[in-house]
Amino acid sequence: MKRFFLSTVTILSLWALALVALPGSLQAKEIKVGAILAETGGASFLGGPEGRTIRMLVDKINADGGINGDTIKLIIKDSGANPEKAISFAKQLIEEENVLAILGPSTSGETMKIKQICEQGKTILLSCAAAEVIVDPVAQYVFKTPQKDSFAVKKIYMEMNKLGISKIAVLAGNTGFGKAGKGQLVKIAPEFGIEVVATEVYDKKATDLSAVIAKIKANKDIQAVVNWSIVPAQAIVAKNIRQAGWDVPIFQSHGFGNIKYVEAAGAAAEGIIFPCGRLLVADSLPDSNPQKTVLMQYKHDYETKFSETASTFGGHGYDAIMILTEAIKAAGSTEMEKVRSAIENLQGFVGTGGVFNFTPADHNGLDMDSFAMMTVKDGKFVLYEN
Amino acid sequence: MKTQRFIPFFLLALVLAGLQFLTQITDTSYYLTQMTMTAYYSLVIIGLCLVMGYAGQISLGHAGFFAIGGYTSAVLTTYNLIHLLEKGNSFVLFLAGKGLLVNGENLYGESLLYVTPWLACILALVLTALIAFLIGIPVLKLKGHYLAMATMGFGIIIYRVVLAWEIMGEADGISDVPGFTLMPGITVNGDFSNRIQNYYIACTILLVAFILLQNLIHSRVGRALRAIHGSEEAADAMGVNTARYKLYTFVLSAVFAALAGIFLTHYNGGIGPSEAGIMKSVRYVAIVAIGGMASMWGTLIMASVLNFLSLRGLFGSYDDAVFGVILIIIMLFAPDGILRLHIWQRFKKFKTGK
Amino acid sequence: MTSELFLQYLFAGITYGSIYAIVAIGFNIIYNTTGIINFAQGEFVMLGGMLSISLHTFLPLPLAIAIAVIITMIIGALIEIIFIRWLESPSVLRMIIITIGISILIREAALHVWGEGVRSLPYFNGNEISSIRILSTNVSPQVLWVIGVCAVIVVLLSLFFKFTSLGQEMRACSSNRLAATLCGINTKNMVTLSFMLSAAIGALAGCVVSPITYTQYDSGTGLAIKGFTVAVLGGLGNSMAAVSAGLLLGIIEAFSIDIVPLAFQDAISISILLIILFVRPHGLFGSKEAAGLKEF
Repeated sequence: MKRFFLSTVTILSLWALALVALPGSLQAKEIKVGAILAETGGASFLGGPEGRTIRMLVDKINADGGINGDTIKLIIKDSGANPEKAISFAKQLIEEENVLAILGPSTSGETMKIKQICEQGKTILLSCAAAEVIVDPVAQYVFKTPQKDSFAVKKIYMEMNKLGISKIAVLAGNTGFGKAGKGQLVKIAPEFGIEVVATEVYDKKATDLSAVIAKIKANKDIQAVVNWSIVPAQAIVAKNIRQAGWDVPIFQSHGFGNIKYVEAAGAAAEGIIFPCGRLLVADSLPDSNPQKTVLMQYKHDYETKFSETASTFGGHGYDAIMILTEAIKAAGSTEMEKVRSAIENLQGFVGTGGVFNFTPADHNGLDMDSFAMMTVKDGKFVLYEN
Repeated sequence: MKTQRFIPFFLLALVLAGLQFLTQITDTSYYLTQMTMTAYYSLVIIGLCLVMGYAGQISLGHAGFFAIGGYTSAVLTTYNLIHLLEKGNSFVLFLAGKGLLVNGENLYGESLLYVTPWLACILALVLTALIAFLIGIPVLKLKGHYLAMATMGFGIIIYRVVLAWEIMGEADGISDVPGFTLMPGITVNGDFSNRIQNYYIACTILLVAFILLQNLIHSRVGRALRAIHGSEEAADAMGVNTARYKLYTFVLSAVFAALAGIFLTHYNGGIGPSEAGIMKSVRYVAIVAIGGMASMWGTLIMASVLNFLSLRGLFGSYDDAVFGVILIIIMLFAPDGILRLHIWQRFKKFKTGK
Repeated sequence: MTSELFLQYLFAGITYGSIYAIVAIGFNIIYNTTGIINFAQGEFVMLGGMLSISLHTFLPLPLAIAIAVIITMIIGALIEIIFIRWLESPSVLRMIIITIGISILIREAALHVWGEGVRSLPYFNGNEISSIRILSTNVSPQVLWVIGVCAVIVVLLSLFFKFTSLGQEMRACSSNRLAATLCGINTKNMVTLSFMLSAAIGALAGCVVSPITYTQYDSGTGLAIKGFTVAVLGGLGNSMAAVSAGLLLGIIEAFSIDIVPLAFQDAISISILLIILFVRPHGLFGSKEAAGLKEF
């Protein structure tokens, strides 16, 4: 009985402590912006750069006097790529913190879980995940910054048509990004007269994939391999293909837009063709390119601050926070409804992913031109010329 | 004597209600969201406590049972049958005739027709019990590390299946799971307006399960289990059917995990593959250990506090690190759980004046 | 299936198998002296890889690996001294939970030291695309390194345990700790030594596999799960058995791809392992009597 009494006291005091210790909603006169990012855990290669970018930009905006005189208060929640945590955090940010907008999440699985919550809670969501289902069908409050998968697929297939490739194998990572890309690749293939002969899905923590490469290689029809993935393991695919002595063209996705993956694949990365935002080749863009100044600025800031090469993943975070900032400026207010409609009508915003033109029906705002075909030469990203 | 045994549970109910009251008067009722989720996770953990602490069998695959429950229910209630009905599918018509289908509408105004969550819930529980039973027969014959490996292997298989199978949504999991209407006016869902109701639903389930387990522990079954834990051979020799008792507790705790999975999935409106992951199972096991293994109360308290703080995101990027530190500290200095720490005993001695 | 494809699967399987085996051996050493499974073993593998990569930025490769192995060895010893040595007759389950906690801590520390990025050591011979032609199939030279190192470790270990007095003392601890103490063996030192030895082997494994699998702060977990599976499957405590079981698992995985999609690979291979375990509850090569003597 006494033990029970003790337990009761313990529960009560622990709860009371938790209630008191946790910060409630107090502050005003600043713009509260929430972010749910996978800074640790299985998608940290996305959440890490996104988080660093967003923190850096918010510091910069606040140091420059804020937006219309208001400073941004950033609340970053690390979900570790767990949907249940994303759900919990989204509810927290919406109800307790009354944030104006939520940036992220980093993965499409998490985004889809909180899409409805944001819609019901009438809070802007600027997702950094790529899957097309996030904005199709359109939900009023939900936007996304990475380019659409279908554009990337079309870019790849157009290139294949030029090269006369018609039978391909698709390898995808088992993440939301891989799943969405695999779906689009299979769906769009007939439009371009391309046949997907084999599809395989590999684990995001795969250690070696030579067996599956052997299986695909045995199919003599295959003229090219599309390796659609955002995880580091995609470099293993390229490596194993070349180690098997297979000289097949390798196409990858915009999930390859991180120089670390090229370093990991080493010599095997040479000649990989993939569509991506122009951030990777910012140096070699002509000065007439509208994105040049934005890209050079972001690259310079990020690289001097964190001493690592900027990736397009961090760029998605850049676009999310900057679109919000632009919309607040355009709306001249921090009222939810006004900001939301300002985003929806934002035209010609130059971001890292491309030039955004939002409409009520298009909550991504990017067109196919946001992608450029690139390749790897001497361990560096260069524009692909054919 | 009989009534006295119920006093602790009555007090626990009071505490749970008191917490809700506390959030009400401090105007912080948003805490209930995480408290509700915590209650469901605690349900898994007290179930696991029965298997680990009392029957002495480690299970590194309990997240698998949680996922079987949650995913089964999610798949059945998100599969839109409207086109099958329009085509005049006889099975769908039969289900509709029995009142086993529900009409709904999604976010974009599309009309939905799906299996009633009641049916989905029952099917999910039966499926889990069946799988636990079939897997339990050979697995529970194993001992020690071999048992740990086998249960972990089971967990990996479930994780791989949900991650690879298209119906299960692969890496994205399943979203837009509808609410679970238990009876008119009482629905398990994540609507902001429905929070208090859902808190009490979760607490009621947890409390009932807890009382059930406590009664089980203090019954003939409980004594048999402790005999197994002490020495399986001796228990066997005394005529205790060890295999059967082990299997029953294993199935029961699997059903608890599935029940938690079902309700949490409807509450969250979705489920993802991370719920089936090995790290999740490891976490459940670790919390039982922190709670003191054979201590339901300790496990319940540690489960609620740790899960609540983690779901609040209090530790930020250090969530796992903090968990690891707590784990090590408690295992080093208070291996029987904090409730049996020497300080408490001294405190008790002091109180009784000895 | 053509003979060429058969050979390719076989070599892929041997690649997987040798990676698993080299991790599994580390599990067995600590198990042999203490009767527990050290769940932080995967983190030794990760630490070995990460340290050697960092050291390689300014040191030649062999030296970087050697120093990385020594540092990990010291970390292994420190872990034992700080967390385990002073416990009085701890239960095995408690030790397991403590090692799980340690593995979480090492992983989190690595995340904050090295960040979330993926790194790798360069290939010891050749580069990412070079391969050696064996029997009409191509094999990366690094795979030969893994197999070679694995073989050398197994041979040296069995010699060490059989013929050196230190090795014999460690084995004595494993079979009966009390009796070993009575014979004047310092059992506590033996446990520390076993942690150092398995940390060193783990770190060496981490260096050798790093060019193939890459190293990330959390790459230890996946390898540890596979290593644990293999160690148990072979029968705990037997390094030879671990190698055979590792190769078996790797080959099952490689050939399963021919029939089922890669996404289900793990589900299939683990199912087969479970069935084996149900038929032989003490592992493929473990003896029932020996397993009966070990407490959980």
